[in-house]
Amino acid sequence: MTPLQTEHRSDVDPLLQLDDVRTHFKTERGRVRAVDGVSLTLRRGRALGIVGESGSGKTVLSRTIMGLLPSTAEVTGSIRYSGTELIGRGRGGMRGFWGREMSMVFQNPMVSLNPVMKVGEQIAEPLRLHLGMSRSDAKATATRLLTDVRIPEPERRIDQYPHELSGGMRQRVMIAIALACGPSLLFADEPTTALDVTVQAQILELIAEQRRDRNMSVVLVTHDLGVVAGHTDDIAVMYGGKLVETAPTTLLFSEMRMPYTMSLLRSIPRLDDPSHTRLPVIAGRPPDLVAPPSGCRFAPRCAYARERCHQEEPPLVPTSHPDHLYACWYPVGSDEFNEREADLVRSGAVPVAIARGEQK
Amino acid sequence: MTSAPHLRQRDDIVLSVQNLVVEFPAGRGRRVYAVSGVDFDLATGETLGIVGESGCGKSTTGRAIMQMPKPTSGRVEFEGRDLVGLSAADLRSARTRIQMIFQDPISSLNPRRKVWDSVADPLRIWKRGSEADIAALVDRVLESVGIDPTRARESRPHEFSGGQCQRISIARALVLDPSVLICDEPVSALDVSVQAQVLNLLEDLKAEFGLTMVFIAHDLAVVKNVSDRVAVMYLGRICEIADSDDLYARPAHPYTRVLLDSIPVPDPTVTPQPVDLAGELPSPMSPPSGCRFNTRCPSADDVCRQEVPEMQPIGDGHYVACHHPLVTPVTIGGVV
Repeated sequence: MTPLQTEHRSDVDPLLQLDDVRTHFKTERGRVRAVDGVSLTLRRGRALGIVGESGSGKTVLSRTIMGLLPSTAEVTGSIRYSGTELIGRGRGGMRGFWGREMSMVFQNPMVSLNPVMKVGEQIAEPLRLHLGMSRSDAKATATRLLTDVRIPEPERRIDQYPHELSGGMRQRVMIAIALACGPSLLFADEPTTALDVTVQAQILELIAEQRRDRNMSVVLVTHDLGVVAGHTDDIAVMYGGKLVETAPTTLLFSEMRMPYTMSLLRSIPRLDDPSHTRLPVIAGRPPDLVAPPSGCRFAPRCAYARERCHQEEPPLVPTSHPDHLYACWYPVGSDEFNEREADLVRSGAVPVAIARGEQK
Repeated sequence: MTSAPHLRQRDDIVLSVQNLVVEFPAGRGRRVYAVSGVDFDLATGETLGIVGESGCGKSTTGRAIMQMPKPTSGRVEFEGRDLVGLSAADLRSARTRIQMIFQDPISSLNPRRKVWDSVADPLRIWKRGSEADIAALVDRVLESVGIDPTRARESRPHEFSGGQCQRISIARALVLDPSVLICDEPVSALDVSVQAQVLNLLEDLKAEFGLTMVFIAHDLAVVKNVSDRVAVMYLGRICEIADSDDLYARPAHPYTRVLLDSIPVPDPTVTPQPVDLAGELPSPMSPPSGCRFNTRCPSADDVCRQEVPEMQPIGDGHYVACHHPLVTPVTIGGVV
């Protein structure tokens, strides 16, 4: 047990509690360890950002919680939602949770909406199915939901098909569907990746506003630390199926310890840097989860890795702040890290301005 | 040309796009006004960024330079010739000098071919040397984009990641040694970590191959990183063009301001500001009269609704098409 769990056990009211969750897929190549021992807690009304690259396991983790996995998946560990164990319920057992308790907004609104069904019917469907509303009540509620997600002229839009709406409006419809049955927990899996920056800002604001109004918890899954910075209370960074750093958002940004988190942040082009600023990159690709590397899974790509990182797997340990955990032998700020960082700055791999900007 | 004061009088202009108009028939006599009079030029070795939202005409502009399809009207002068009037054969050979890479790297490669062959094909089609020469060149270009040539000989696109497929697409565009590379949202489909790799790669290749680039994207932060000059497009027109650092330091068009404010800041101490942008993008089938941004602009008035704003200088190399620019217009060294 890590200290985080004992700490959070005493939490008054955790909505969601994950304990050593593993999701493995059987494939011809072997066992894919997509999620490999994740423990975390989400309190009511909080927004959690799950951040990582493609293949880090962030999407599989959220689908594991929702029970939306193919039959090749094997899930172990414990997922408790308001005290009820979710693992082992199967699709039939999860149905009662979908819509009313938890729902999901997917990445691509064009693919996720039914192209031959009016948007109003798509919003009314969960209302009738999960809440047993009559057709006319469902339609009235659907119109109100479209108003809630700021779609102009909802009475007209309700009778339109998805192709008649812009990408941003389609994503608003997806959010209306997800909110329809008043869930306590909303998953948003890369909800803005397919959208323009202006629309992205509006959609993130909409999700934040609905969370406040409905006292809902939100799990925002994304590869972009910029997206989670302004819209979450806590962040969990995943790499290779494991949690590598987790902390309240402000603490994570002000005192990040895991070189992976820092490298992700540094790879985002910043507006205040002059043009043609060279971006520090994370070399290579995420590990093959059939045969993950021994030791720290990030070590083969880590510019700060040493012998020990390739041999021994670092445990998730707390900093002086009990809510901030990280898994690294030579974290940001340690003597070994600083020594290597000085070399990287000297060689030009890390621009001086960027190194200075983040060294606290 | 008075309507385009931002076109420069220089000897090293490789590509000059003048009054480019692209319209598509939309059935029942209606038309989509995708690009409505766009002018810009590129000097040798320069990177021009084109930014704007979906539907602003930025991709159509990129494709119209390549003449796919041909623009409705306007000129695309490339290395001294107008591409619009070229015969099919001349156009084909001109296209070896302008190449393009696309947003979705996986679907822009033939899924049934070994990727090495996809990269070698342009050279075979143009009979550039013996098979041995071609092999040597393809290996060299693949190595410069960071792809192992041996693996490329054995593998098809699905065996590579999105970032690797984009590298392969770039290699394919570069084997013919083009002078201009048009990049249409080349990193939008990639993770931030991979995006940084591809952006750095493009900068390296630009130096190595002496490229001039048009970089089309919706993310201003990405565009700023790679571009020398940036043109902001809205609904088929350029609303502002400037050197990239200047554009970010002193945005003059209200729309540029909105785009800048929309970029999420990776810093939780910065509270995201609500985006000051009313309504939805108007349909390009019936664009608003006057300034096309007037229906969503916080400072629009009657003039904006009636008169199309002309491009006017507001700084050195900085031009804006707005009746009420956020930066006071200044005349530098007399009227251009």
